[in-house]
Amino acid sequence: MATTIHCKSTMLRTAFAAIALAAAGSAGAIQSKYNLAPPVTAIARDIHWLHWMMLIICGVIFVAVFGVMFYSIWAHRKSKGAQPADFHESTKVEVVWTVIPFLIVIGMALPATKTVVAMKDTTNADLTIKVTGYQWKWGYDYLKGEGEGISFMSRLATPREQIEGRQAKGEHYLLEVDNELVVPVGKKVRVLTTAADVVHSWWIPAFGTKQDAIPGFIRDTWFRADKTGVYRGQCVELCGKEHGFMPIVVRVVSQEDYTKWVGEKKKQLAALADDPNRPWTLAELKARGEKVYAANCVACHQANGKGAPPAFPALDGSPLVLGPKEKQIDIVLNGVVKDGKPTAMAAFGKQLNDVEIAAVITFTRNNWGNQTGDAVQPAEVKALRK
Amino acid sequence: MSAVADHVHGHGHAHDHHGGYRGVMRWITTTNHKDIGTLYLWFSFVMFMVGGVMALVIRAELFSPGLQVVDPDFFNQMTTMHGLIMVFGAIMPAFVGFANWQIPMMIGAPDMAFARLNNWSFWLLPFAALLLILSFFVPGGAPGVGWTLYAPLTVQMGIGMDLTIFAIHILGMSSILGSINIITTILNMRAPGMTLMKMPLFCWTWLITAYLLVAAMPVLAGAVTMTLTDRHFGTTFFNAAGGGDPVLYQHIFWFFGHPEVYIIALPAFGVISQVIPAFSRKPLFGYASMVYATAAIAILSFIVWAHHMYTVGMPVTGQLFFMYATTLIAVPTGVKVFNWVATMWRGSLTFETPMLFAIGFLFLFTMGGFTGLVLSLVPIDIQLHDTYYVVAHFHYVMVAGALFAAFAGVYFWLPKWTGRMYDETLGKWHFWLSMIFFNITFFVQHFLGLAGMPRRIPDYPLMFETWNKISSIGAFGFGLSQLLFLYIVLKAIRSGEKAPEKPWEGADSLEWTHLPTPAPYHSFETAPVLK
Repeated sequence: MATTIHCKSTMLRTAFAAIALAAAGSAGAIQSKYNLAPPVTAIARDIHWLHWMMLIICGVIFVAVFGVMFYSIWAHRKSKGAQPADFHESTKVEVVWTVIPFLIVIGMALPATKTVVAMKDTTNADLTIKVTGYQWKWGYDYLKGEGEGISFMSRLATPREQIEGRQAKGEHYLLEVDNELVVPVGKKVRVLTTAADVVHSWWIPAFGTKQDAIPGFIRDTWFRADKTGVYRGQCVELCGKEHGFMPIVVRVVSQEDYTKWVGEKKKQLAALADDPNRPWTLAELKARGEKVYAANCVACHQANGKGAPPAFPALDGSPLVLGPKEKQIDIVLNGVVKDGKPTAMAAFGKQLNDVEIAAVITFTRNNWGNQTGDAVQPAEVKALRK
Repeated sequence: MSAVADHVHGHGHAHDHHGGYRGVMRWITTTNHKDIGTLYLWFSFVMFMVGGVMALVIRAELFSPGLQVVDPDFFNQMTTMHGLIMVFGAIMPAFVGFANWQIPMMIGAPDMAFARLNNWSFWLLPFAALLLILSFFVPGGAPGVGWTLYAPLTVQMGIGMDLTIFAIHILGMSSILGSINIITTILNMRAPGMTLMKMPLFCWTWLITAYLLVAAMPVLAGAVTMTLTDRHFGTTFFNAAGGGDPVLYQHIFWFFGHPEVYIIALPAFGVISQVIPAFSRKPLFGYASMVYATAAIAILSFIVWAHHMYTVGMPVTGQLFFMYATTLIAVPTGVKVFNWVATMWRGSLTFETPMLFAIGFLFLFTMGGFTGLVLSLVPIDIQLHDTYYVVAHFHYVMVAGALFAAFAGVYFWLPKWTGRMYDETLGKWHFWLSMIFFNITFFVQHFLGLAGMPRRIPDYPLMFETWNKISSIGAFGFGLSQLLFLYIVLKAIRSGEKAPEKPWEGADSLEWTHLPTPAPYHSFETAPVLK
């Protein structure tokens, strides 16, 4: 059965291609595609199969019904002297052509049911990646599995010049990004989607995977690519002005290459994340500082910054925190020494890097009632290390 | 029979024309169903041109990859307004125009039940249209959110969004008032002997459509009102941060939106069910099953809305329910197609322009139906959702379906309305040009969708270039062909040959059998006697 359909589908495909070529006039100029992307997942193969099944069933019915109609147009025309018959109902016929279509549509929906259930089964994933839609880029966070913790943004890499026609368009025009999503071949990847602003939709045609990304909610889908390669798609839910310019590129690599990529990416991200030489924005520092505070400071100084005086002084409203930056940096780096003895305020210079120290100080200077607006740069910390 | 008509016509008509007013005031104050029908039809034609120009802007931009003609923001405004104007400004008013002209004449009533309300229903429309057009000229321009107006993108739009929301309120009001009028007219004003099951099928399809409108339009009004309060009054119906849900908007919208599809399609079925028997010289096959099929489609249309939302991430049971319910619609729709073909079978066929458009409708609408069946299956839909395949699908249903049916209706009834014949040769030209260019425009869009081109994008990857070029060429051809239609209609009105009393020998509803041609300004002031 499957082979017959496959056979038929190949024939049909060829016929279809011929029509397509004829329609376009010159065969040589054709680059366009006219069918679903070649599938690389089991789900996408099912979709292909279902589509061919539908095309064939619908095609047969279409030819049958309109064969009758065109025969009638040819044979029952007044100009040929046709006399009108006067029948205008037949319960038997009408019941037959109600029941048969009913059976046909059930027959169409049944094989699809299996695929629907399979598409929804996101359990037992090897790797879980959160995809966040932003206006107009994608954010990827590797949540679980090898590569956990990797997180980056993926933006359109096609230069503006190409879009505006000041430069020749490249091969992957509008389908290229600065950071591709990399996944291992043959592994079940669960994709969690969400969005930061409006509804987006994440789609890779070759995977048969499409899931809306809805702000404030998490939805999931999955894929298991069984061939290495680069697969491209686009955002498919209108999300504003640049909707046409937020592509999705997934690079499927071998397990070895994936492990290698994870190592490199982690190093790269660590370097990027904590580069003390680049200027950091106030928001970045505060966000990072909050984490550092939660991990290192909160036990003594408390989440509300009131501390537990006298042993653990309040930071909220503290003249030291609100005073000159240098003094506070010095204390965090070197701790507080009273009468030649170290106190509970340890020296964090060895435990935290410049970025973390700068971040946590910035956080304390801009949290609770403290609103200095100061951003302490990692470079300043670096300069004060002894 | 014609004695009845002559009697009606000759009976005391000093006020045969419009209670004293002339010129513009005649049209503003008219309560005559024929005048109002004419207003609806011309209004919808103007909107069809406006929406058509927007479509051509879209196709011009998509002729080549890259940004050439418009910027992405304006492109989004074009897709949004093209959709809204075509659906609410062109197709729906066109069929209300047919209803106004035809329903009273077909059931032997002197006018619509609420004549003044009828005037009001129409005159709301130009103001709504004005608001829609005005939105282009306010800061931020028209909304660029698609005709579906999905939250929360709508919250980011400028004041043009509010104008659009108010326009939709007004359009909805107009539709509801018009529907109440149609329901009341059909249920209460049929001539003695005109039982429900003897009514021409056009009246049946409109009766059912009117119920759909009364049920569905308030839902849309609710959805856009919630959008309005989310935008300005601090509510969070569609904002998760305040406990709302963007997907709720989609549910509400499509609860309106799917019945809307049939609001557009059913009156088209009605027109076709008048035209095909007339030119087959044979009564409509399976009249009763046509009525039941129409009702079945209407009822099913309320339980399939979420098939527009398979990709939002519904539970599997939800997807399966909506998939099975959706495929079921193919059954009554199939019955209709079979009945039309059976009506032609062993008839005595001629192929004047109305019949050509009816056959074109049958052929292409069925293709749109089949692609709808393809899309009803969840896995295929997930792959094709929001691609050009869907664009192709609904243009087969809306353009080759509803618009072709409207053309069939205009050519069919123009002699009755104006007493003049249209130019048959030019009519055939109009049909063939429309047929060919329509397919050039939209058939190739199936390929684009299958190959993965998302809808509503102003620019596209290079592999989609060829089909887009072909589609754009077709679109300009199709658009220009419609100017021919305008010419044909104007020529018929100004200098058309005088129409014979009964131009179509197979037409058998009351307006043909009981009224002279052209139909007098007031018809059936005395109800006809029907056996």
